[in-house]
Amino acid sequence: MSVANNVRKNPTDIKVSPRLAKNLKRHFKERVIEFILMMAALSAVFTTFAIVAILLYESFGFFETVSLVEFFTGTQWTPLFEDAHYGIMPLVAGTLTTSFVALAVAIPIGTIAAIYLSEFASHKAREIVKPILELLVGVPTIVFGYFALLLVTPLLQKIYPDLPSFNMLSAGIVMGVMIIPYIASVAEDAMRAVPMSMREGSYAMGATRFQTALKVVTPAAISGIVAAYILAISRAVGETMVVAVAAGQQPNLTFDPTEGAATITAFIVQVALGDLPHASIGYQSIFAAGLVLFVLTLTFNILGHIVRKKYREQY
Amino acid sequence: MNTKTKTNKASVIDNLDAVRAMIQRHKRNDILFASIGLLAIMFGLLTLLVLFLDLVMDGYPRFNLQFFSDFPSRRAGSAGLLSAWVGSLLVMFVTFLTAVPIGVSAGLYLEEYAPKNWFSDLIEINVSNLAGVPSIIYGLLALGLFVYGLGLGQSILTAGLTLGLLILPIIIVSTRESIRAIPVAIREAAYAVGATKWQVVRDHVVKYSQGGILTGVIIGMSRALGETAPIITIGALTFIAFLPPSPITTTAPYLNFEWLSSSFTVLPIQMFNWLSRPDHEFHINAAATGAIIIVVTLLMNGTAIWLRYKIRKNIKW
Repeated sequence: MSVANNVRKNPTDIKVSPRLAKNLKRHFKERVIEFILMMAALSAVFTTFAIVAILLYESFGFFETVSLVEFFTGTQWTPLFEDAHYGIMPLVAGTLTTSFVALAVAIPIGTIAAIYLSEFASHKAREIVKPILELLVGVPTIVFGYFALLLVTPLLQKIYPDLPSFNMLSAGIVMGVMIIPYIASVAEDAMRAVPMSMREGSYAMGATRFQTALKVVTPAAISGIVAAYILAISRAVGETMVVAVAAGQQPNLTFDPTEGAATITAFIVQVALGDLPHASIGYQSIFAAGLVLFVLTLTFNILGHIVRKKYREQY
Repeated sequence: MNTKTKTNKASVIDNLDAVRAMIQRHKRNDILFASIGLLAIMFGLLTLLVLFLDLVMDGYPRFNLQFFSDFPSRRAGSAGLLSAWVGSLLVMFVTFLTAVPIGVSAGLYLEEYAPKNWFSDLIEINVSNLAGVPSIIYGLLALGLFVYGLGLGQSILTAGLTLGLLILPIIIVSTRESIRAIPVAIREAAYAVGATKWQVVRDHVVKYSQGGILTGVIIGMSRALGETAPIITIGALTFIAFLPPSPITTTAPYLNFEWLSSSFTVLPIQMFNWLSRPDHEFHINAAATGAIIIVVTLLMNGTAIWLRYKIRKNIKW
């Protein structure tokens, strides 16, 4: 009894062997380190919550002045004008048009490149081309903006003399070229994952490489290929610098790629370049636009993951 | 009877011809597709080559030392990159100091410590989600949180932290991948001689995954170097004709942290600024800057890919 009391009052008095003391210290140190590492991992959760919180908080201020109905059905987006209109539709139209042009370029070429790399190319050729594709993915997008504005647009103007110098067509095409390596690389991974025995079965029946690729490998890898497309859409929608440089910054409700129009991302850049006072409606409008962009890309990302996980064929 | 066999024979020969024709056709299709595929690949590769050559040719008049030692100017001919490359260097330094320790620690936690439960799942979902968030959204986060929320202003610190958050998922994922490649036997051997978990992690896991982690860090840093959108969004000025205060001073205490709160510009912002001017003379500057950015990022990515290839070849567990 008295011993127990002593222990409680004065823990340093307990005689422990140096070995046990060292163990205790070690155990404590281990716990502290684990806690620090966990906090580092939690930073990812914190970042997501911070993004959602900031976007919602600033958008909330925006939607106190602008009704949701006007936001989603309005056909004019002029938050910085005297006569302000807040319809997000023109920006969404610009975003969808540039993304559509980009995918029209990237999906066929990317898929053909993936099939070729996975089914036709020799091992050596693949070892060379794959790293180069990865290099292409790493080229900064502002450089592609230069390409769109000063190389592709003048070229297109030789074909369509009426094309304005800021247009969604050239921005979309360049964005497509930018996405080709991404689609090719992800789709190729999916096709490589198809077991060799399936190809061998097909060859044994007398099928050619092309027939095998088209009728055996592609259907077997379709979930991975479609996931690559969906993730590519998300990239195209969120792409900023190419459209900000080459597609123009005038909100324009049109689906005609030969016109210029602002996308959601280009609008955010345009506002950020000016000097807008904090907490003004113009300042809040970029967060509302950002929220729409975030929800759009998040939807496509989740869809891509679901397609890849749920519809994957198990061999 | 006789005629019947004759017709049979004829039809077999006919069929054989048809089959041969079919095989011919399919072989032709094979070759046709192979050429189209080769064309598709070449299209991607040639585009990069054309782009690069175009930048180099357009920017050629500016490739001299003066371009690196001059401040931006209203006259295109005497405008230079000094404030931009110094700014890029300082921002990357802050990015490195934030993203690498946090990213590697998070990767270590997720692979070595995290129990299998909803909590770990939550972290994993967040990491893969963050990798898909458009970079401009990070800019909005930084504008709301760092610039106004924490009052850090449009400074080098804000930009560095923003890019740090942006490349965090890249570093976490590559750390995890390289840790996963280490066989369990290595860890068990260390435990068997009495090592604690941290000793195993520090002396074995980190050591053997160093190369893979370095690959991810290089790729992340090259991404940070080329990112434009988030830095524009935080409202970084585009005309900076001064250098931030030097981080190292000649008098005690020899270190100076004023540069962290200085305004700045970086290479891609400078390029965007020159590109968005109507004057063609400035486009030459933009091309030269683009060529420099491309060379640096390709060198960094190339190093990373080569490193990964080497590691894959050399390590046989």
